[in-house]
Amino acid sequence: MKTYLLRRLLMMIPTLLGIGTVVFIIIRLAPGNPAEILLGDYATPEAVALLNEKMGLDRPLYQQYGLYLWHLLQGDLGRSYVTNRLVLPEIIRHLPYTLELAGAAVLLSILIGLPAGVVSAVKRDTLFDRISMVAALFLASMPLFWLGILLMLFFSIKLGWFPLIGAGDPASIDALRYLILPSMALAGTSTALVARITRSSVLEIIEQDFIKVARAKGLEETRVVLKHVLKNAMIPVTTVIGLNMGQLLGGSVVIEMVFARPGLGKLLIDSIHGRDYFQVQGTVIIIASLFVVVNFLVDLTYSLFDPRIRYQ
Amino acid sequence: MLRKNKLAVASLLALILLMAVAIGAPWIAPHDPNETDMANVLTPPSLSHPLGTDQLGRDILSRIIWGARVSLQVGLVAVGIAFFLGTTVGMFGAYWGKWSDEVSMRLVDILLSFPMILLAICLIAFLGSSLTNVMIAVGISLSPRFARIARGLTLAVKEQTYIEAARAVGSGSMRICFRHVLPNILSPLLVTATLYTSTAILIESSLSYLGLGVQPPDPTWGSIINEGREVLRIAPWISTFAGLVIMITILSLNILGDALRDFLDPRLRRQI
Repeated sequence: MKTYLLRRLLMMIPTLLGIGTVVFIIIRLAPGNPAEILLGDYATPEAVALLNEKMGLDRPLYQQYGLYLWHLLQGDLGRSYVTNRLVLPEIIRHLPYTLELAGAAVLLSILIGLPAGVVSAVKRDTLFDRISMVAALFLASMPLFWLGILLMLFFSIKLGWFPLIGAGDPASIDALRYLILPSMALAGTSTALVARITRSSVLEIIEQDFIKVARAKGLEETRVVLKHVLKNAMIPVTTVIGLNMGQLLGGSVVIEMVFARPGLGKLLIDSIHGRDYFQVQGTVIIIASLFVVVNFLVDLTYSLFDPRIRYQ
Repeated sequence: MLRKNKLAVASLLALILLMAVAIGAPWIAPHDPNETDMANVLTPPSLSHPLGTDQLGRDILSRIIWGARVSLQVGLVAVGIAFFLGTTVGMFGAYWGKWSDEVSMRLVDILLSFPMILLAICLIAFLGSSLTNVMIAVGISLSPRFARIARGLTLAVKEQTYIEAARAVGSGSMRICFRHVLPNILSPLLVTATLYTSTAILIESSLSYLGLGVQPPDPTWGSIINEGREVLRIAPWISTFAGLVIMITILSLNILGDALRDFLDPRLRRQI
């Protein structure tokens, strides 16, 4: 198990460096000179040359790449030339809002999707099954931002139950009220996916011989489903939740703009509109790196459900 | 197959209708999508404006019809780019094997580390917002998935006897890949393409919503929803109708893709 963990941790390093390299290449492929674009109307040849030198853009490409990687390995994402603030502290300031949104969405999708999928499978071809699978199909086809707007329209504007936008005071319990609608919107597609995969997985397991043995032993149906069926059905479900984390992190970018939450997504989009390239670069690297770390953590959970994986 | 699956038939008809509407937009749209009418600002649905008007008096129905052109164009072209790039990298990497497979799959793994929309946003941020760049960005963000699938399919096919026979008669790797491998991996890739068309349309509408897609005043479904959000309290129909159209399109593509998958490979059929 320790060897497996160490190997997976070591494999993350080239992936993280690869992410940094891809972002470096994308920036260098962009048309125009970043210094000229940043200076805008003040872009005289002298000013451009000075800013190029300050940003290191006058050096050969291999030197720029080397310096960039060296700073990246030290956790230095540079300084924004628009706000004159260090990139990393700005990201850290916005990160908690994104983490709590993504976390709440994962929790919601498991709390709603898992039981819905199990009940649909156990009560196959009943009204509940048909309704929940149709609902899942519709949810999976909705754009997240549109679902967010519909929730806003109904629960905030029509009913007045929740605030429309913002994140509230993070130190107060009221911040939870600001989290509910965005997390419901973000969890939409994920919930649908979890429900469908859980149903499919449970249907496969429930026909297995060991389930027939459990029933023949006289165990209660609830115990059979919760202790024997669900545990074995969780592996594909965990895979799907893990694979979907990327979509949740990507989706949080959009949902934060819908609900004006001050997370990484809003930071990214505002930086793009403000042509704050170094902030964009740093934020993209951090979000992609988060995805890699989350995938690693999801891999670890497999061993909880399948003891055979611990010894591989 | 389709005769047995009424839902798939309905989805196919919906998509054909959508394509017809998109192609016939100049003739079908009742108004110019960018024509402002300050006397009819934020009017609810009526006979003259079946889906209402927006804050500049523009007809929502006409804007949605014209927006269909952008979404379908991006959906089809982006998937075409992803199909071409991904299949080339995955197929040749797997066929040649060894270092070419290693290098291509490491690159694919790194690109798969980015959430799709994040990679598209990153590309648009640096390339700039335009229809062409949106198609390129969405295509590149989808291509690693095609590469993975093409690689897996090629690995299975390349060990077949007919491939060995082709090598034995002196066929080069390019000829073998295009004449023998590609035709045998095409069906599952086409199913993937159908399913990812919906993803491409979703990413495009998200980019438009964020102001990173096709720029105003050209209408896109995502930008219509964004414009509607600003007046949600007093004109909820703007965002609602545009979103409904996206949902119906995605639903139709997903149902059609599922039906195609079930038809082409019954082993993939799931009890969903």
